[in-house]
Amino acid sequence: MEVTLQHLTKRFPASGKKGKDVIAVNDFNVVIPDGKLIGLLGPSGCGKSTALNLLSGLLKPTSGKIFFGDDDVTNLPAENRGVGLVFQNYALYPHLTVKQNITFPLENRKGKDKLTKQQMSDMALEAAKLVQLEGLMDRKPSELSGGQQQRVAIARALVKMPRILLLDEPLSNLDARLRLQTREELRRIQRETGITTIFVTHDQEEAMSISDLIIVMKDGIIHQIDLPQAVYDSPVDLFVAKFLGTPPINVFEGYVKGEKLYIGEEAVLDVPGVVDQPVTATIRPEGFVLAENGALTCNLNRVEVMGRDISVVSTHPLCENESIRSIISAENIAQITGDKVRFDLKEDKVFLFHKETEQRIEF
Amino acid sequence: MENNNRKGWLYLLPAIAFLGLFMVYPLIDVFLYSFEEGYNFASQTYLGIGGYNYGYVLHDPYFLQALKNTFILVIITVPVSTGLALLISVGLSSIKKVRELYQTIFFLPYVTNTLAVGLVFMILFKQTPYTDGLANLILSWFNAGPVDFIDGPYWAKMFVLCLYTVWIVMPFKVLILTSALASVDEIYYNAAKVDGTSKFRIFTKITLPMISPTLFYLIITGFIGAFKAYSDAVALFGVDLNAAEMNTIVGYIYDMLYGNSGGYPSYASAAAIILFAIVLTITCINLLVSKKHVHY
Repeated sequence: MEVTLQHLTKRFPASGKKGKDVIAVNDFNVVIPDGKLIGLLGPSGCGKSTALNLLSGLLKPTSGKIFFGDDDVTNLPAENRGVGLVFQNYALYPHLTVKQNITFPLENRKGKDKLTKQQMSDMALEAAKLVQLEGLMDRKPSELSGGQQQRVAIARALVKMPRILLLDEPLSNLDARLRLQTREELRRIQRETGITTIFVTHDQEEAMSISDLIIVMKDGIIHQIDLPQAVYDSPVDLFVAKFLGTPPINVFEGYVKGEKLYIGEEAVLDVPGVVDQPVTATIRPEGFVLAENGALTCNLNRVEVMGRDISVVSTHPLCENESIRSIISAENIAQITGDKVRFDLKEDKVFLFHKETEQRIEF
Repeated sequence: MENNNRKGWLYLLPAIAFLGLFMVYPLIDVFLYSFEEGYNFASQTYLGIGGYNYGYVLHDPYFLQALKNTFILVIITVPVSTGLALLISVGLSSIKKVRELYQTIFFLPYVTNTLAVGLVFMILFKQTPYTDGLANLILSWFNAGPVDFIDGPYWAKMFVLCLYTVWIVMPFKVLILTSALASVDEIYYNAAKVDGTSKFRIFTKITLPMISPTLFYLIITGFIGAFKAYSDAVALFGVDLNAAEMNTIVGYIYDMLYGNSGGYPSYASAAAIILFAIVLTITCINLLVSKKHVHY
């Protein structure tokens, strides 16, 4: 099911008399393609969950429209939208068994859609098999591990064959190992069912690893919608560049003069076609190449050995980050001596942003 | 370890001493009294040991009347008051404006003086040379009555007693249930809504199970409280409850001890033990039933 958002806005009234209205979702215009897994990525409090709740129908938008396919569902209450929603803390009914939890949405059907006990049981089993829970049908949620509860929640959302599946921070309550495993599961389940799935996360790695498409948002505004690699390789603005990537991108104050990028006194890179102006220059950690007469000189702090790679930690007076992290192949470790370290930069790992608007400057 | 144990007991001693002195000892004493036949209050002597007291009490028409009254009271007031309280608290939880005002109004009977409440019921139901009471006024609009609710037919008196009891016990139940309802996490309702659950089904399948421990607590204490009813009947019908056919078991026990026909601690003890057995049985049944329906 293709999902279209047109000028979708949600404004929460100010809590106090002096407070300002909070615009949690600000003029969203998105077309979410059918059958894809979409990651809605942003820092805490940026309006991701609000966006999800608007899609589910639990919240009414202040303005704008939502379409599922060709249906305008903007004014349709949650119960009639046919969405599956997995809550952050799962919201499993504690007094019902796994099986009863999964069949709960089916029992709501009325009239000609009403199902027999046998049909419901079969559908529940099918959903349980999809999330590999078929052996635990008679347990209560309290007798399950976090990961198992998560899967029950997914099965409950899937059993009614929703038009779209929404997941709110689906992995945040799981431990690191389980998170890795569950995100593969999510990917597999989404592929098998082919249901358009939107999940909210603040974890960029999670979003990068399984999404077909990433929506990066902040303070209610969509910054970029793109393929995961594209969001990383070609951020549209400074926020996206800073938000994605671990270790984080290194941010320098610089300027362009004569189609050359300067950081301090050093001309570090040719930037053809860019007019002279002060810029914010950002360099991915893997964008540094050790060179004896490299263009950028930094003060060496220490070298962290991580096996395959080494991480050179250095400082530079014009760098916003506390320290510059550069990831370099371990073979080059011998070249690092003294208290200075010099780098050449890889052109495609350097992004320039306008000083005020923070928009990308292409070169 | 041994030392710790002794210390623990020492801490418990005051409570155990008081409970033992004022609860356990009288309980045993009552049990013993109930088997002492022909007990003389003045000389503190008795003729023999046996079950005669129970036989007497169980054949006493006043006791049987009291038993019947108590059972009717329990069977009517516990479900009605709990059901109404549930209805009111669900109503209260679903409104936002002036909720506190309503909450206060519903809680008023709890803090109101019993005598004042009695007065209100007099105005409602008592027939005097000047007026037939508010209830009869309303009945007269429907061309019914007048009925003497205080000195009239049995059903009318029982109706007033039940109404009075329900009215008295309701505020506490409303208070407890409103807080129980408020403690149910909103997220379950949201989950159910997304799954297309009807309001009624949300109530029966989610709300009720979630508040079932509280509901169960109210039912158990409600049963016990109703079985021990006495003062309500006195407030409405005066102290000579036997004459009014409105006596309760506790009233009977009191009469046997201190009433006009009193001075029979053995009979009173036997009646008390019978009441204890009834309450124990009902509570056990409640506990058994609750295993199936209460979700902790």
